[in-house]
Amino acid sequence: MAAVSVRELAVTYSGVGRDVPALLGMNLEVGDGEPIAIIGPSGCGKSTLLLALAGLLPADAGEVLIGGEAVTRPRRRTALILQDFGLLPWKTVAHNAALGLEVRGVEAGARRKVVDEALERLGLAEFAEAYPGELSGGMRQRLALARALALDADLLLMDEPLSALDALTREDLQNLLLGIWQQRGHTAVLVTHSIEEAVFLGRRVVVMSPRPGRVASIVDNPEMGEAGYRETPAFLERCVELRRLLAAEGAFADQALAEGVR
Amino acid sequence: MNAWLRRIGGYAIASAALLAGWQLLSMAIGSQALPGPVPALSDFGRLLFSDLLPHAGISAWRVVASMTIGAAVATPLGLAIGRSPRADAVFAPMIFLTYPVPKVVFLPVLLVLLGIGNLPKIALITLIVFFQILVTARDAARGIPASAVLSVRSLGATRWQVFRHVVVPAALPDIFTALRISTGTAIAVLFFSETVAGSEGLGYYIIDAWSRIAYSEMFAGIIGMAMLGVVLYELLELAEARVCRWTRVER
Repeated sequence: MAAVSVRELAVTYSGVGRDVPALLGMNLEVGDGEPIAIIGPSGCGKSTLLLALAGLLPADAGEVLIGGEAVTRPRRRTALILQDFGLLPWKTVAHNAALGLEVRGVEAGARRKVVDEALERLGLAEFAEAYPGELSGGMRQRLALARALALDADLLLMDEPLSALDALTREDLQNLLLGIWQQRGHTAVLVTHSIEEAVFLGRRVVVMSPRPGRVASIVDNPEMGEAGYRETPAFLERCVELRRLLAAEGAFADQALAEGVR
Repeated sequence: MNAWLRRIGGYAIASAALLAGWQLLSMAIGSQALPGPVPALSDFGRLLFSDLLPHAGISAWRVVASMTIGAAVATPLGLAIGRSPRADAVFAPMIFLTYPVPKVVFLPVLLVLLGIGNLPKIALITLIVFFQILVTARDAARGIPASAVLSVRSLGATRWQVFRHVVVPAALPDIFTALRISTGTAIAVLFFSETVAGSEGLGYYIIDAWSRIAYSEMFAGIIGMAMLGVVLYELLELAEARVCRWTRVER
């Protein structure tokens, strides 16, 4: 069970010389097995929220519950995937994928079996002995996913995982993320800057307001995951709706300019 | 294999160019104090087993022991200081104050305290290498991207596991670079300390030949010292290629 509840969460970031309230009075419920997307202007505390969910940032007030238990440190079945994938360049592909298991003291034989399966599933089996530096951007992202699968994660936290990729690879991996979620049914929290990505991968899309971050609105997106959704009018409508909500949060620097384009 | 041949070929060409330049220079100056490479090399061959190798062996042992001790102590200490803001607040000012002091000035003190054998030389070189590696390790540890640390911590890694899987390997290439730069300093200081006291080592051999006005023997010793440097440098290169394989991958 990996339902997420965020209750009145406040997190302060200690910046240079002053403390910045990154999140204040944040509330959010994510159902077990539900994929949600979070979108918002730069500096709205999206990444801070993910780090708090991962148990890496202490809360000043409020709490984060996962599966009913308060999160105070990294949880066994939570996987965090960062923008630059968080791979270690000095370890081989197989070793990177196995890292979570190794840290948890799973013995080498069992590790191998699980990792081989995960790499196989993501089409990386023949690169097991390569280093991340030898892989393309898309393959590195697959490797980060393989590490999460090897952990048998029931909660996937992703911080702009595809933003460093070119448009075609990105779409390819969006399809892969959707496919893996449809197979496994894990809870997913995806932070993204891309409106289309949020609508493609979030059953609900959470719009956050900036400084300090809170939930501004939530858009239901029940058609998410249906075959060919990307090409339907409903998909486009939802994107337009989100764009308006984001504009209202001041996501675009020049409001008049944004209205003119619209 | 091909890479090895290319490497040896490179050394051969560079040596030939250096020897030719040396020959020209000695002809131009025409002084006894700068004999050409031919007499120097013939003395090098003649004295290799009887004198040069025993002295070189002692010098090599002094340098290798110093660099090993210096790196073994400075690496973990520098990394720990670089990763902990609290330790850094205490140690950084100390490092900034002591690093610029030329450690060679302590040789007289070391000679008084430790005698004229191996100990004062090893202590002096260790001190110098220690500071060079300490500063490098601290900076390397500070430069580690937060995302690498976060992603490993999110897997539930302890402080020690983060150190082992992230901090140490991330800093290793920088440590090796610092070690290679240190070989130059270490051998220079070795020479100096061996000329000041004792009757063993290549430094002593060179200065002894000089005092006997045996200039071609002196240059045989200089060739020996140069080769000691090359061997150390290449050994470090080899070790780095083994330990830091990922830095050699082609993208």
